[in-house]
Amino acid sequence: MNAIWTIAKKELNTFFDSLIAYLLLLIFLVLAGIFTWLYGSDVFLSGQASLRGFFVMASYLFLFFIPAITMRMLAEERNTGTIELLLTKAVTDRQVVLGKFLACLILVIVALLFTLPYYVTVARLGNIDHGATICGYLGLILISAAYIGIGLAASSITNNQIVSFLIAFVVCVFFHVLFGFFANFTSGLVGDVLQMLSTDHHFQSIARGVIDTKDVIFFLSISGLGILLAELSISTRG
Amino acid sequence: MDIVIKNLTKTYGVQKAVDNISFEVKTGEILGFLGPNGAGKTTTMKMITNYIKMSDGDVTIDGKSVQENADELKKYIGYLPEHNPLYLDMPVIDYLDFCAALQGVHKSNIPNRIKEMVRLCGLNAEKHKKIGELSKGYRQRVGIAQAMIHDPQILILDEPTTGLDPNQIVEIRELIKKLGREKTVILSTHILPEVEATCDRILIINNGVIVADGTSQTLRKQAQGSEVLRVRIEDGETNDIFEQLQQLYCTEVVDILDREKNLFEIQSVKEISSTRSVFKLCVDKGWSLTEMTPMETKLEDIFRDLTLN
Repeated sequence: MNAIWTIAKKELNTFFDSLIAYLLLLIFLVLAGIFTWLYGSDVFLSGQASLRGFFVMASYLFLFFIPAITMRMLAEERNTGTIELLLTKAVTDRQVVLGKFLACLILVIVALLFTLPYYVTVARLGNIDHGATICGYLGLILISAAYIGIGLAASSITNNQIVSFLIAFVVCVFFHVLFGFFANFTSGLVGDVLQMLSTDHHFQSIARGVIDTKDVIFFLSISGLGILLAELSISTRG
Repeated sequence: MDIVIKNLTKTYGVQKAVDNISFEVKTGEILGFLGPNGAGKTTTMKMITNYIKMSDGDVTIDGKSVQENADELKKYIGYLPEHNPLYLDMPVIDYLDFCAALQGVHKSNIPNRIKEMVRLCGLNAEKHKKIGELSKGYRQRVGIAQAMIHDPQILILDEPTTGLDPNQIVEIRELIKKLGREKTVILSTHILPEVEATCDRILIINNGVIVADGTSQTLRKQAQGSEVLRVRIEDGETNDIFEQLQQLYCTEVVDILDREKNLFEIQSVKEISSTRSVFKLCVDKGWSLTEMTPMETKLEDIFRDLTLN
């Protein structure tokens, strides 16, 4: 645990040491803000004191935001050769991946903390469903865990950050949009499986305010699978 | 801690990068790893640190295989990889702190260790800079500092002195020598005088095979076999001296290097020294012996002999 935290702390320090971190946070908050308050099915248009619009928007923004965070995590280490340094220290391959995972998750949580003012504001405008809002945040954290897993796996198989970003982005889009989209056109078992693989489907059900263990397990398995893949790919070397 | 390397092999496709090599390094020994580029030095070091998997054979440290006990053994090893990779966007102090924490140095002891490393490696003026802002020599010092931060029992250094200035090279060599008294050190280098200056034992590897193993003296003996002397004898006639030298029982070959200066090169019969006989001869004949130098084979020559085929 100590080693995991040491790695996570180092990643966070490096991240907040660079301009990209603030730029990413700013873009995320601006876009999420625009779609919550000003444009599309925003709070005023729907006339409901609810953050549903924000949650849906944020889950889409994660498709860019998370691959952008995860892309350098392992790809850069491979590119500069520092991965050799890291893996010959007294840490296991898994601790390295988990440390990076934890750092990314904390970053996402920090970004979400900055959106709490939205919650407070909307709550003052009308009767907000506190339970559903908390579920929405939980759903966002779960979906981001899944995408971080995918992002780390993508980052572990290449030493090019752009390739890493693109792979993670495409895979996330498949899970978020395309599986659900194809599920609408297919029936029977294939349709059910596709529906089951859609992260959006599981996310919507949590954001509605119902926490089903099935949904939680789904997100955690995607995330765990990504971590295992990343671990496998950094442990096959030479 | 002793390192035992047994039948270590690494194959990439059909090419054997390291071919069935075996050797041992004991505590208190500094082993110099020599060889031309691509001989398999780095590959061997990477296998000892278990960074890459071995195709065959095993490496054991204190009787424990590095393949099975990697996580336990890693904290005893300080490793400086080839090309010295570093996190360029980290300040030196933070980087050393990070490495110390990963190697399991106790929290209360980390500041002391960092201070010690900064002092030993002469990093005081640069310690708050980002590593990316440092010159190559200073980066190398950071690389050496991170390898030794946790006071490891085993040091594996892949070309530790590249990029250092001559003063720093001497300092780092002294440091390695000092550490080598209690620890097990393996270092690789291209610089031949460096191995002679620092290492107790030299291992020359070529095409993945060990071609020589021993101290620099034994390697010289092996390469040469018999004594070679350069002598200058004055107050005599060159041809006369030449003939007399040839007639000595202990000389095998006599060459005239310089007629005007009466300079000769004498190769003795195996395992016999001809120094006394030459001196006696000069005394008997009334010649003046003005120079007598034993010629040593240079390590460079041995290296070239063994690795050029």
